[in-house]
Amino acid sequence: MTSSQARRHSRSDPPDGPAGRREVSGRLPWMLMAPAVAGLVFLVSPLAGLLIRAPWPTLFQRLAEPQVMEALRLSLVTATVATAGCLVLGVPLAWLLARVEFPGRRLVRALVTVPLVLPPVVGGVALLLVLGRRGLLGQWLESAFGITLPFTTAGVIVAEAFVAMPFLVISVEGALRAADRRFEEAAATLGASRWTVFRRVTLPLIMPGVVAGAVLCWARALGEFGATITFAGNFPGTTRTMPLAVYLALETEPEAAIVLSLVLLLVSVVILAGLRDRWVNSP
Amino acid sequence: MFRRLSRWAIVALAIAGLSGCGSGRPAASTSAGGAKEVTVFAAASLTATFTQLGRSFEAAHPGTTVTFNFGSSATLAQQIIQGAPADVFAAASPATMKTVTDASQASSPVTFARNKLEIAVPEDNPARVDELRDLTGSTVKVALCAEQVPCGAAAVKALHAAGLKVTPVTLEQDVKATLTKVELGEVDAALVYRTDVIASAGKVTGIAFPEADQAINDYPIATLSKAPAGDLARRFVDLVTSRQGRDVLTRAGFGAP
Repeated sequence: MTSSQARRHSRSDPPDGPAGRREVSGRLPWMLMAPAVAGLVFLVSPLAGLLIRAPWPTLFQRLAEPQVMEALRLSLVTATVATAGCLVLGVPLAWLLARVEFPGRRLVRALVTVPLVLPPVVGGVALLLVLGRRGLLGQWLESAFGITLPFTTAGVIVAEAFVAMPFLVISVEGALRAADRRFEEAAATLGASRWTVFRRVTLPLIMPGVVAGAVLCWARALGEFGATITFAGNFPGTTRTMPLAVYLALETEPEAAIVLSLVLLLVSVVILAGLRDRWVNSP
Repeated sequence: MFRRLSRWAIVALAIAGLSGCGSGRPAASTSAGGAKEVTVFAAASLTATFTQLGRSFEAAHPGTTVTFNFGSSATLAQQIIQGAPADVFAAASPATMKTVTDASQASSPVTFARNKLEIAVPEDNPARVDELRDLTGSTVKVALCAEQVPCGAAAVKALHAAGLKVTPVTLEQDVKATLTKVELGEVDAALVYRTDVIASAGKVTGIAFPEADQAINDYPIATLSKAPAGDLARRFVDLVTSRQGRDVLTRAGFGAP
């Protein structure tokens, strides 16, 4: 089966078509409408504020500054590498959670999603305690291999991956649960090995979920601040990503902070808008 | 039952949300009988001393509350310029105070304390640092504050006065974060304020160095021109600059102006 077939199959029919939706919208209760609009204004107005207050005349000049480019490049590279790492570890983890019955699975699932709700700074402290120079594993890493993660670009990637991986795992796990098991069973009865089934049937079937998860994961990694500054520190070219540059620019030059924020906002909106249309409505 | 409950919950949330957006702070300070609440924006390095002074102030003025917003001086200055309701601003550097006076939000700040840098090293001092020159070693991991914040500006000044070039592994966003990296042993040394070394109570060792005298940091305080509680604000500033205030600050390691 090709992946496009799989996608078509797995996109379940919406319960009511466009016609049904129109009928309902005519009698939308105000009790929902008023708070909905208030919620929209609440979420969108800060973004509008950024656009209104942006120093448009000097925008491109500020963007072209070497420090800005350096921070942007570092952000894009670390977020991409972190996402790649999350894919390698996160997809199998999602598979484990969705397909394998084992005692304590609910607890494991809860633990996997903890970084979603954990304040990122706490995540950074936790990473330091484990992977820092005096950390449980970090100590050993340094004495055995001479590797220290804090204050390195690798440290940034670790911090971003820690915070962003749950987005991928949740998304892929959801896709795995929604996928039709009968295709896998059919492949297995035809003699395919478990690995072949996963590679040739399961993975294509859940590809939209994997892509959606990867994009969310990437966007989250791009915006990571708290864990990065706590665990990896802040040094231009090595660990100062865009969010850190924004925070520091705010100390002296709020206008520069606005410009940097605009760039991050633009990247996020483009990514999420593209994602929304193509993938999010699929499993 | 549940459905009805959730409907009311939505209405309640919406009302709470809307009214919450309207007013930034309770109207306590505008009551007719004089202000009862004074809001103080102060540099993070003043957290312990000002909290103590705030308690004394409340004891001396029954019925009043002192509310603090501690943070990076530059961030606080931006918040004040953007209209945050504050009565008093105590900054960790004249430069951050200047952004507020330049915006005509305050006038005639007074210096009430001074702070000096020290080298902070972990208790066991793994890199055997005992003077400023030791920080230039390529194997010594050093954390400094970013130049944009007062402790970083002071560090640059002190290193410049000593004619030394230090390549840090990180430029932290405030002095507490810098000190934390030493406490956790992630760096071998950092330049932080003497007061922070004292406040860390034995978790790090402080090493004084002569060039610190070239980079002494003045702490200015001012009542804000739009202070909702102007009278109380002035009295709080009086307390900070009084003998009693100086005692508290000296005990924490601050120098007298």
